[in-house]
Amino acid sequence: MTLPINAQNVSIVSIEKINKLSGENVKLCMQCGTCTAACPMAEEMDFFPRKVMHLSQFGMLSLMNDINTYWKCASCHSCSVRCPRGIDIAKVMEALRQLVLRTSKNYIEPSQMPAEQISELPQIAMVAGFRKLTS
Amino acid sequence: MKISYYPGCTLKLKAKNLELAALASLQALGIDVEEMDRWNCCGAVYSLTDDDLIHHIGPVRNLVRAKERGADKLVTLCSMCYNTLARANQLMKTDTVKRDTINRFMDDEIDYFGEVEVIHYLTLLEEQVGWDKIKEKVTAPLTDLKVAPYYGCTLQRPQDVGIEPMGSFRLMTGLLEAIGATVVPFNSADKCCGSYQVINAPAGDNDAAANVINAAASAGIEALATSCPLCEYNLGKQQDQFMAKGKITANVPTFYFTQLLAMALGVNPEVCHFELNDMKAVQLLEAKKFQVAA
Repeated sequence: MTLPINAQNVSIVSIEKINKLSGENVKLCMQCGTCTAACPMAEEMDFFPRKVMHLSQFGMLSLMNDINTYWKCASCHSCSVRCPRGIDIAKVMEALRQLVLRTSKNYIEPSQMPAEQISELPQIAMVAGFRKLTS
Repeated sequence: MKISYYPGCTLKLKAKNLELAALASLQALGIDVEEMDRWNCCGAVYSLTDDDLIHHIGPVRNLVRAKERGADKLVTLCSMCYNTLARANQLMKTDTVKRDTINRFMDDEIDYFGEVEVIHYLTLLEEQVGWDKIKEKVTAPLTDLKVAPYYGCTLQRPQDVGIEPMGSFRLMTGLLEAIGATVVPFNSADKCCGSYQVINAPAGDNDAAANVINAAASAGIEALATSCPLCEYNLGKQQDQFMAKGKITANVPTFYFTQLLAMALGVNPEVCHFELNDMKAVQLLEAKKFQVAA
């Protein structure tokens, strides 16, 4: 898939937003792909973490609106502890989630979860999941 | 030295088998801890956005409670509680700007500067008892049980709050060996089980967890030992669905390490509440002739 880099989808404001929310500097990424190799959820992601880091470096939020990468992230920090550039990638994924959640959009709807599942799940699954996936 | 105990929400409901076995074991080992009063939810996950201080209030309030009661240490069992409380504590110790903002916001509470040390139950056992003494107190060693420590994510990452360095599983290995089990290392002891993603997936649709089970089975492991109720759910309680979907070919029952400890110390097995584990766990213990009922 070719992603055009042009004035319509490159945004300096978006780069600043991601950096400010995450407290990280996405420009430090050298695209080595260690994050993708370490990610236990990578197989289920539309774009691998390395690619999302690349899109973040250009502030291409519009191209990341409909991908599941940052929603599939389990915040396990496998990437963060291995990044040779010292980027806490889990924080970048959190920033991308928050940019959506802070517009009052939910990624999952708790009311749609089957009652049987809710009664079986440990409490921390729901506390953690709702904090990560709902606004 | 005063040690406060923080249980967290899941241990009072779905993971009673983690807590009750742990407390009974401490009693058998002669260690005194006091459950802190007025504890609240830790938030389960540490907030990762730089401007989000409000979600640190939950864990910090628990630390304030511990300080108020004069506790030197706060011990936790659940891996997610440990991680969230330890990271919040580190923030209050090191980030003076955020600490001041949080202290000002919580103006009804005493100021907190990270004075209480947050430790995990495994660290407590090593510091206060030691593996040799535990070995002496074992009355029912878990002979011939091939078990692996499963740490998952939150006991070790990020590294500055991890109970031990990445790649090292010394604490739980030391404990499991002390209680007579055969510890079998495997390559997925710190791989993620999929964590909270389970709320966004149909039952049994969790490859991260199935991969861990497969890695354990091919290493010849009979049981996994964990300290996290979410790992126990994702790994232990989904195996029938994994099997039905062809994701795994062999079962590897999952236990809380505290259940194995209590069993070896000869604590009344009813305290271990094995009925809260998957049936396969009970079947394994019965096959090994361990006492699972009083």
